[in-house]
Formats: sequence, structure tokens, C-alpha cells
Amino acid sequence: MSERLVVNPIDCAGHGACAELLPEMITLDEWGYPIIDGRPIPPALDKDARAAVSACPTLALRLLRS
Amino acid sequence: MTTATRGTSAEGTATDLPRLLPASQQPQDWPAHHARHGPIPYRGAPGRLIPDLRDAGLTGRGGAAFPVHRKLAAVLDAATSRRKTPVVIANGAESEPASDKDATLLWLAPHLVLDGLQLAAEAAGADQAILYTHAERREDVGKRLRQALMQRRAAGVERVPVELAEAPPRFLSGQETAVINHIGGGHAIPTFMPPRVTERGLEGAPTLVQNVETLAHLALIARRGPRWFRQVGTAAEPGSTLCTIRRADRTPRVTEVPLGMPLRDLLGPLPQDGAVLIGGYHGSWVPAGQAVRLTLDNQSLGTAGARVGAGIVITLPPASCGLAETARTVRYLALESAGQCGPCLNGLPRIAAALVELAGARPRRQARADVERWAGLVTGRGACHHPDGTARFVRSALITFAAELDRHERGRCSGTSRQPFLPVPRGQARTEEDWT
Repeated sequence: MSERLVVNPIDCAGHGACAELLPEMITLDEWGYPIIDGRPIPPALDKDARAAVSACPTLALRLLRS
Repeated sequence: MTTATRGTSAEGTATDLPRLLPASQQPQDWPAHHARHGPIPYRGAPGRLIPDLRDAGLTGRGGAAFPVHRKLAAVLDAATSRRKTPVVIANGAESEPASDKDATLLWLAPHLVLDGLQLAAEAAGADQAILYTHAERREDVGKRLRQALMQRRAAGVERVPVELAEAPPRFLSGQETAVINHIGGGHAIPTFMPPRVTERGLEGAPTLVQNVETLAHLALIARRGPRWFRQVGTAAEPGSTLCTIRRADRTPRVTEVPLGMPLRDLLGPLPQDGAVLIGGYHGSWVPAGQAVRLTLDNQSLGTAGARVGAGIVITLPPASCGLAETARTVRYLALESAGQCGPCLNGLPRIAAALVELAGARPRRQARADVERWAGLVTGRGACHHPDGTARFVRSALITFAAELDRHERGRCSGTSRQPFLPVPRGQARTEEDWT
């Protein structure tokens, strides 16, 4: 089973912690909001993805099983 | 004002349009409605209407064109698996300022919508039905609906009680999750999905939200069957649809046409260098020369990046500047953002401001590139489709009015009238009360 990253754009306040912890899959737009690579998370990045999810101060970032 | 348009089926025989609107253009009370359409064909149990709706190929007429039978089946499944009784909501909010078809339908044929609401409630196994509308647009629709409900109660034809709910006059108040928030006592603003409202909607109940025109078609399919429904339209997109047509005279004309109708026949002659806005303010500008080769269905319109949406087709008058009209409309759309999602909150006002520059004399070259970049940046990044729809509208303007953009860069404009054309409510600042 693969997992993908999903952000709730209403909860997201643009803290940017996720992009620091997972730059391979998350970049910030010019206003500081995350642009998420919605493809399945490669196993090598699994740990960093979980760290990014845990670090979100507004709990806006989630892992979605697909 | 409404007009009837005769449709032609594949066999070339004249058909029975208008189906939904009364040919007389007179509002139909219960006796008149009953005389024309007969009794409500209740099926006696949930789910029984679903195969007919599937065979008819009925899709939502609120803009998204989602298959009705799939939504109904999803609600029924959720109700069974979660053992919760569903709710059905008729959505007549029609918050798109250019649209007038739902208000016209509710004014002229309220009982057809209310029949559809009862039949949808039965099909979903709902014990509660709500009709969500603006109380007053051009006519006092609220009063008409209260009268209609009284007549139906007196006639004893309602099986599920119907409540009326009023939509705030904001662009997003008809968005599915906003409808549920508002009826549930909150602000009429979108929420983030999942879960889908078919799973968990009003007060956690599986909820079916259908546009009022969709319910009117449903009420006729229940009476006359899927084959009748398919006598007009295309094989892929069957049936008829209500359209709001706007031309230089500014008077909206609501007409019922078969899907697949040539735009040439719908709009009449178009100015050579003109443009047509298809699908409203979340829709697309299409050059007139391209529009005359298209038909009113998503298959054909899709080749021009457009969609039927809620059936709004607007011809830009030759005296108007398409860039000025777009800029004014996008300003309104930016002000109508619920302001909940960062990309929409930041992107739409910037796009609107850059468009004002592009609509004026000698804009910086950078402004065009900025609009293109921001349109890409907001797309797909909101809880609802407001940024996506606005970006689609903006991008289509940059393409359709490319020659006009060049003229503006040289300090010229082909528009000769400065009088606003597209109907846009006065820009409103967001306050808490606006959403309640």
C-alpha cells in the first residue's frame, strides 16, 4: 500500500516546516504556502515524510493511503 | 424573459421542448402543473429510481455534470453502511451573477422542482428535504415557493416534509459544502473534503445535494422514462438543458435547448472579431470564429477548453473591451474568495490587480507573465474550485484577447464603450455577517 501527502489548505497557515523537512517533495510558493508532490512517497523518503507531517503546527499535512 | 426553442432529435423529428418551462411562460400553480404532468410517480421504495436515472444518463445541471445516479447510489450506500437516514437538498442558490435559469425555473415551474425533490428523497431513503434558494432575485421566488408548498400540503402529495432555506447573496454560497455549512447553522463557506457530503454531510448524515434543474429533469424521467429523456441531446450527453443567454441588450434570456445544439443556432450571427463567454465566471472566453464551430456539450466545448457549466452563454458586445470586462469580473471573484486558503487569498487579488493594469494603457510586459504564473500557482490548491475556476476564466481571457493585449501595450484599446457589460454585484468587503 502506497501513501501520498495531502494538505488541508484551510488549516495550512504557511509555517513552511514541511518544506524544510521534505524538500524533495514539498516546495513553497512565493507566499510561503506548500506545493506538494502528490505522487506516492518513495520508501527512501518515508521517514522524512512522517517527520514533515508531525512537524506541521496546524496539523494541516496528512498522509493518505491509496 | 424566456423563450422556447424547438429541438430536433437524431431522427430529425421535432421534439417536445421546452420540457421544464411552461410553454405559456406563465407560472404554474399546483392545478396547472398537475394537469400538464400528472401525479408524482412515487416508486414505493428507496433505490428504485436509480436504474432509470442511469439509463437516462442524467447529469447534474449545476455546473459539474456529475452523473446523478452515482451520487444517489453513494448516498444510499452510506446510509446503509452507517445506518443513518439521509437528507436531500435542492440547490437553487445560483450565486453566479450571470445566471438566471434556476430563478426562472423556480418562478415558472416550482412544482416540477418540488416533485423532483420528493422523488429524490424517496430514492435516497431520506426523511428530510430542504430547498435552498435566494428569496428574491428579479421576482419574489420565496413567496412563490411558500405558496407552492402550501398547495402541495393541501393536496396531500408530499411524503417528506420540505423546509426552505435562504442562501446568502455571495458567489460561493451555492458550493456544495458551503450549502451544508450554512444550513447547519454556520457560514456559507466551503470546507475541505474528504469526507464527501454523500458520506457525511448535514449534521453528519449522508447528504444528496442536487441543483434544482437537475431535480426537475429527474421528475420528468420518473414519469416518462429514460428513452424519452434521450430523444434530445447527444448519445454521450443526453437531454436538454436550461441556458442563460446574454447579448448586447443586457436582458438575460432563459431558454431550454437540447445538449449538442450548435452555438451558431443558439447565438445567431456573431461579430467577426468577437468573443463568447461560455460557462460563466468560472468558464472560458472563446473567440467567436471558434465558437461558431462548436456545439453545446462538453465533448465539443472541451476542444476549446470550455464546458457547459450551468449553461451561461454570453456574447461580448463589439463596443466592450474583453480585458476590461475580465478585470472587473476577476476583481469581484477575488473579493468573493472565502479567504480560507493561502493560495486563493494571496493569488486572486494579485491576479485581479495585474488584470486592471493589462486592461489599461501601456501595461508592463511583466504583468502578463505575472498573471499567467499566478493562474498556474492557484490552480488545484484550494479547498473548493474557486481558484481553479477563476484561473480558467483568466487564462482563457489572455488567449482570446491576445491581440487586444498587444493593442493595450501600444496604448490603444478597441473598446468604445466604458459602460460595464458583464453583471457583477458591487464589490463587497468580507465581514463575518456576509457569510451568515
